[in-house]
Amino acid sequence: MHPVLRTVLQRLGLGLLTLLAVSVIIFSSLELLPGGFAEAILGQGATPETVAAFNKSLGLDRPPVTRYFEWLWGASQFDFGRSFAGAGGWREENVREVSTIIGPRLYNTFFLAAVTAVIAVPLALVLGLLCALYRNSWFDRIANATTLTTIASPEFFVAYILVFFLAVKLRWFPPLSTVSATTPFLEHLYKAMLPALTLTMVIVAHMMRMTRASIISLLSSPYIEMAKLKGLEPRKVIVKHALPNAWAPIATVIAFNLAYLVVGVVVVEVVFTYPGIGQLMVDSVSSRDMPVAQACALIFAATYILLNLLADIVAIVTNPRLLHPR
Amino acid sequence: MTEFESRLQLASKAVSQGKLSRRDFMSFAIAGGMTIVGAQLAFTKAARAQAKPGGHFRAGLGHGNTTDTFDPATFAHGLNFGWGRSLTGATLTRVDSKNNVTPYLAESFEPSDGAKKWVFKLRKGVTFHNGKALTSDDVVGTINYHNGPDSKSAGKAYLGGVASVKADGPETVVFELKGADADFPYAFAQYQFPILSITDGKPDVSGLGAGPYVLDGFEPGVRAHFKRNPNAFAPGNFDEVTQLTILDPAARTNAYLSGEVDYIDRVDLKTIDLLKNAPDTAIYDVSGFQHYTAPMLTDLAPFDKLEVRQALKWAINRQELVDKVLFGYGKPGNDTPVAPTLKFATNPEPAHTYDPEKAKSILKKAGLEGLKVDLSAADAAFAGSVDAALLMAEHAKAAGIEINVIREPNDGYWDNVWLKKAWCHCYWGGRPTADTMMTVSLAESASWNDTHWKNARFNELLPLARGETDETKRATMYAEMQQLIHDDGGQMVLMFANFVGAMSTKLGHGDFNSDNDFDGGYMYDRWWFV
Repeated sequence: MHPVLRTVLQRLGLGLLTLLAVSVIIFSSLELLPGGFAEAILGQGATPETVAAFNKSLGLDRPPVTRYFEWLWGASQFDFGRSFAGAGGWREENVREVSTIIGPRLYNTFFLAAVTAVIAVPLALVLGLLCALYRNSWFDRIANATTLTTIASPEFFVAYILVFFLAVKLRWFPPLSTVSATTPFLEHLYKAMLPALTLTMVIVAHMMRMTRASIISLLSSPYIEMAKLKGLEPRKVIVKHALPNAWAPIATVIAFNLAYLVVGVVVVEVVFTYPGIGQLMVDSVSSRDMPVAQACALIFAATYILLNLLADIVAIVTNPRLLHPR
Repeated sequence: MTEFESRLQLASKAVSQGKLSRRDFMSFAIAGGMTIVGAQLAFTKAARAQAKPGGHFRAGLGHGNTTDTFDPATFAHGLNFGWGRSLTGATLTRVDSKNNVTPYLAESFEPSDGAKKWVFKLRKGVTFHNGKALTSDDVVGTINYHNGPDSKSAGKAYLGGVASVKADGPETVVFELKGADADFPYAFAQYQFPILSITDGKPDVSGLGAGPYVLDGFEPGVRAHFKRNPNAFAPGNFDEVTQLTILDPAARTNAYLSGEVDYIDRVDLKTIDLLKNAPDTAIYDVSGFQHYTAPMLTDLAPFDKLEVRQALKWAINRQELVDKVLFGYGKPGNDTPVAPTLKFATNPEPAHTYDPEKAKSILKKAGLEGLKVDLSAADAAFAGSVDAALLMAEHAKAAGIEINVIREPNDGYWDNVWLKKAWCHCYWGGRPTADTMMTVSLAESASWNDTHWKNARFNELLPLARGETDETKRATMYAEMQQLIHDDGGQMVLMFANFVGAMSTKLGHGDFNSDNDFDGGYMYDRWWFV
């Protein structure tokens, strides 16, 4: 079997096991959390009778193991069930399927991640290459210092600075990124720009420095010396000879950052009130809306697994020794 | 008042009713000796008082979850105040800015049998958003929805006194109460009780109501959009209303400063000066019923000892709490939960101020020196609760009391700490009447009696005062009850917090309600663009 295919199948199989483990962990930790959906929704207003009525109508009075396997059976057929919010009411139309709640938000999250990636990944690669090319120059130092400053500042702080200058003072971009399903593409892009810039500033340093470091570490290899000796200009040495061999670590870091863009941007979502999936997950955990929280957790885990798989494939494909093993 | 002043007042009134033009008003005012600028200002002020339709009101609010629904049985937070009271929903009665109950969907309400029976007559010709006419069956169905045996509604707490509710023809609803209640119509002004449309015995909880606005788009936890309901018997002023959920206070401030919204609630008091200096901005600052408390469970040691409770009440510098936790936007409490703006509120003597020496001597007399107590706090109880607890510990030191502050997790605070730990922090949004406030938090049978206080005299007076229709007698009883809470109760009322927001000066309004934030939840149909 071809090594790439074998890796993919192996990883997907292991990924399924990981997802199963994640679902057990998330389910049991939600069970362990104090209070339930009824208490969370009713807050101070939770009396024992109303809580009992809530739990009965949601089926929460049954043992957790039964509920877990019911949920698992549904999830294995991509039926994530119904959100607790609005469920158990008197009318069917108030009931919301988990998939209809998550769908639009997942789209928003992927949209933001894609916009950020389109800006950040090329920027980081180019900056990393330039830094490697002109290493220890002023350019290298300034680029490093700037990106390290933005990654070291908390996300919300970077966001506030951008909002203050670009939204409140200059009024180039709106300070709120409240998009909805009916927002046209270009308006969505415009509204997502400030969060995307914020996230760009947060992730560029990591990818840029990895690019720079992995290229520089190759520069002492004999084949690079050979390329230099035959009179190639430094730019060609780096782009044609060093970069192809540096892809594996760079791809890993990019995958890691892309996964972060999907699963870890809740702070930026809150600051810009961008309706992404991070906010949904936090809300659903704090209100103990278990079907939604579980579905979010599975999506997050799947994102990590798939992106890491992708990085491994890139590593294999760009490395002839791994691609054609003896 | 000089003759000119009284005539100017008449002229201003004419302007506010749209009967006098700017030119006429100005020439009158200038002839009377006012400067042009002064006359201009006087005209603008008068013209502002005139409500007019139009515009798109956008409110940026620190409330809202992805789990929100329009089912009034789940209503609990700031977005819901509007939903139930002045957006999609319409209630039987309303509360005005003087805390009087006024008719709304009910045209009239009359007590009989010593306030044990109440007859509500419905307004004629009111329709729901779908065109269905409002009848007494809808009212009865709505009440039963909240008060039924498997009800999940927080509104059930208001309906404990209802023995039966019956329709008497299509326009009359008759309530029989278990005990007399002179304040009964206030219950139906609460935001949990918009009248729902009932079909086949089931209420429509999809956001359909008889209110001044029709729901026009709802993304839970993000935004809700409404359009004026032209068929409402009292339509709102705005053409459109949008509620935007902006949970982050800095994001809310930025949204306001950049003109994305016209009003924001829950302003971050640390940066309020930034908003004060913003152009065309007024600070919405209303002293409300909301109060922050530190309930002591009076059946648990050491709070079962009266001297411990009294000493602690003297050992806290409440003014400093107001200054440092509320940044001055509030009033120190005096251990009565009845807000100063409520009818029948008193200020019991001696007012509990900071007197560590007195606290010390009370403890000494009881042989309780070296008192050590735990105080549970979390910002879920109220914003700044942990800071307040630390300040309280400092204050009590001077009285020789050691307060050990326990920081509890926000998550699950109401399940695991409140009503369970002997001393903790809590907040009350306030209730529309002295009676409901006391009934809900201090009556011995109340499930929210968060001090487990069981004072015989208090519990004897409570139903008596509720049923009393003679206002003077009632006032005496409420004064005695507040004195009892103040002297004997475990309820330490630390401070009354103001509702603080920021609003554009382009918004016109009347006197604000103090019972809830957002002008009592009525801002959507009461306010207008000038």
